[in-house]
Amino acid sequence: MAHGPQPVMSMSGRVVAAGAVALAVVLALTLGTIVAVFVRAEGVGGFDPADWAALRFTVTQATLSAALSVALAIPVARAIARRRFVGRGALVMLLGAPFILPVIVAVFGLISVFGRSGWVSQSLMAFGYEPISIYGFHGVIIAHVFFNLPLATRLVLQGWLAIPGERFRLAAALGFTSRDIARHLERPMLREVLPGAFLVIFLLCLTSFAVALALGGGPRATTIELAIYEAFRLDFDLGKAALLACVQFGLGAAVAIVALRVALPSGFGGGLDRAVQRWDQRGPLRTALDASWIALAALFLILPILAIAFDGIGALATLPSQVWTSAARSLGVAAVSVIVTLLLALPIAAWSVTSGSKLVEGLGTLTIVASPLIIGMGLFIVINPFLDPFALALPVTALVNAIMSLPFALRALVPALSQIETQYGRLADSLGMSGTARLRRLWLPRLARPLGFSAGLAGALSLGDLGVIALFASPDTPTLPLQIFRLLTSYRMDDAAGAALVLLALSLAVFWLLDRGGRVNVDG
Amino acid sequence: MKTTTIIAAGLATLATGASAETLTVYTYDSFVAEWGPGPMIEEAFEAQCDGCDLEFVAVGDGAEILSRLQLEGTRTEADVVLGLDSNLTAAARDTKLFAQHGVTDPQLDLPIEWDDDMFLPFDWGYFAFVYDKTRVEDVPASLEELAASDLTVVIQDPRSSTPGLGLMLWVKSVFGAEAQGYWEDLSDNILTVTKGWSEAYGMFTEGEADMVLSYTTSPAYHLIAEDDDTKAAAAFENGHYLQIEVAGKVASTEQDALADQFLDFMLTDGFQSAIPTTNWMYPAKTPRDGLPDGFDRLHVPDTALVYLGSEAQDIRDEALEEWRTGLSQ
Repeated sequence: MAHGPQPVMSMSGRVVAAGAVALAVVLALTLGTIVAVFVRAEGVGGFDPADWAALRFTVTQATLSAALSVALAIPVARAIARRRFVGRGALVMLLGAPFILPVIVAVFGLISVFGRSGWVSQSLMAFGYEPISIYGFHGVIIAHVFFNLPLATRLVLQGWLAIPGERFRLAAALGFTSRDIARHLERPMLREVLPGAFLVIFLLCLTSFAVALALGGGPRATTIELAIYEAFRLDFDLGKAALLACVQFGLGAAVAIVALRVALPSGFGGGLDRAVQRWDQRGPLRTALDASWIALAALFLILPILAIAFDGIGALATLPSQVWTSAARSLGVAAVSVIVTLLLALPIAAWSVTSGSKLVEGLGTLTIVASPLIIGMGLFIVINPFLDPFALALPVTALVNAIMSLPFALRALVPALSQIETQYGRLADSLGMSGTARLRRLWLPRLARPLGFSAGLAGALSLGDLGVIALFASPDTPTLPLQIFRLLTSYRMDDAAGAALVLLALSLAVFWLLDRGGRVNVDG
Repeated sequence: MKTTTIIAAGLATLATGASAETLTVYTYDSFVAEWGPGPMIEEAFEAQCDGCDLEFVAVGDGAEILSRLQLEGTRTEADVVLGLDSNLTAAARDTKLFAQHGVTDPQLDLPIEWDDDMFLPFDWGYFAFVYDKTRVEDVPASLEELAASDLTVVIQDPRSSTPGLGLMLWVKSVFGAEAQGYWEDLSDNILTVTKGWSEAYGMFTEGEADMVLSYTTSPAYHLIAEDDDTKAAAAFENGHYLQIEVAGKVASTEQDALADQFLDFMLTDGFQSAIPTTNWMYPAKTPRDGLPDGFDRLHVPDTALVYLGSEAQDIRDEALEEWRTGLSQ
């Protein structure tokens, strides 16, 4: 053993190699595909007025969606933070649900509640008011707030609960009024949390596709991502598609860089089940106000989900067989996607932690601003000369889904792995534990939890994805979300409702099983 | 997708390796719906083609069929494409993906002369805005009155849907250089722009909008199938744009004879008699028994507007630009 440190060196060599391969795959798929589209495009046309309108709409809706989500999250999170009530834990858990809720399922639920024949309009009409419409600008906003209000609430709630209870105690002892508390404790916290929350949601809304596809109202309510789809699928204008993709990528990257600088709060932390003792917030009026905020937010989240269950349960028994075959197909895609996500995320996380490079993680997270449609399109162009891309629609979907889940997996894995290395890294080094031994005996058992979480998230996101598959699914092999979209657009509402319920149940089950699986293993 | 397609797909899978010949026909969504012409026509054709299997594949709305075919190129599985229209034939011809139909001197009952060696009509109709008589009192009598009203309408995207394309050309033929201004005026009436006709019509029947872009023949569906005379097509002084729906043989087909047989069959009663009460259009060749009762109660426009030959293709890009710009403001 003349070369004592060598195992460690070769270990890190392997980590670098594996990480570099995984990162190369990610870069090839995100940036390489844009290049492929550009190369294939015959000349790049300019931006016409309708493209400017799409850009304007994208930025406006993302700004408004993020602003509304964050603004509404403040009173809701404040109420949840300072009140104890039955079902509080369940409500906090429910706030995590929309993130893994398939967009098309949520859209279905929102139409049932907010559509012209929906519950809200019916009640409005019963009182002699005009019905509201879910289509166009405000439909897109409602859907985005539905998806992101819970996320914003969780982020702001974390901020509230991060204020030590002792400070509120001290404030009470010093006779602070609510206004004083707001000035000295709450506003500084909000100033820290809100910009990050706003930017995350802005980013998520920026690349919105399925919502705009289902609820957008033509050229007036077209996002850039939807315009990319139309340029490719309807006009076969690759130059336009690539140009739009670059604009979206640039915009997203700019926002992402700003977001990284304002220190993003992490959305997945635990410890949200503790109510802060507040001595200044007693009294029936304040309690009632908080209660109504909580009730409104809960209704806004629960009603569409209830509507799906309510509309769907009757149709379950008579669902056309193709719903079940497409469900099986979707499960297959999700399984592949989970495996690919982990195969990419683990090496990148390992490289990022062992090298201490923020850049590695940053590049791995790049896909959050990439357009899944452009990735799909690029793959289409690359594959087309050799194989039938339509025959490969499902593998391509699985791959693109995996890439899109990568940022979330990295966010879960990198901090966990970095903690493991801090705690056990030296011990493992001194034992000469390297390579697969280190992976199997140290990392995997201790990473079970974030791995399970990442797998669950990747599985649920892939199951519910309606993006690439819309680009080039063959007519007879739709995934379940595409099947639902087709049922919706041919107005077979009963079947669509039943299929939406199936997808909802599958997504929740897949997330729960994989996430739970990670938790069981860690104890074993 | 539709039951028939799935059954057909299932049968096709079972039959792999067997000698049954499959004719794959790309068409639009509503054609293969349970209530559409697909099931009836499939049965009629399979009864006379000696063990063949007719498989309809729905690929969205009419205009999407063409972009789909362009994406697939010569690798496509389609043998026949059914559901393009007269506004798309020139563009379809340019793709070089189609073969001549070989039918000489087809006997057609169209309002205009038809002379095309590649695309054969199977039905036709006039575009119109359909409304519910119980809900709309002041029925607009022109495109201008519609834009000036506060009625909500659902229209279709001209890039994916043939009715959407038809409306775009209708407006262009009426307003010419002022078309973009018209779209700006109409913009606040448009509830939403759908990808296909099916979802637009579904939204209208569900009560989401006051009017929907469809056909003068659409009220016949409610009249005959639902015994409901509350739906009507608004008659516009501007005239109504004419649509002729066509089918064509894909050049790369390996089922040449079967495709020819299908195109011949298309202009016989077995196909044409299904059209009025399933596709709710005028048949390209009136069946022996004439049109069903109810069709006589439909509005027949005085003026038919239409771009012929390559005219529609020539102005498409300009008209589309005006449509997108006008509606995005």
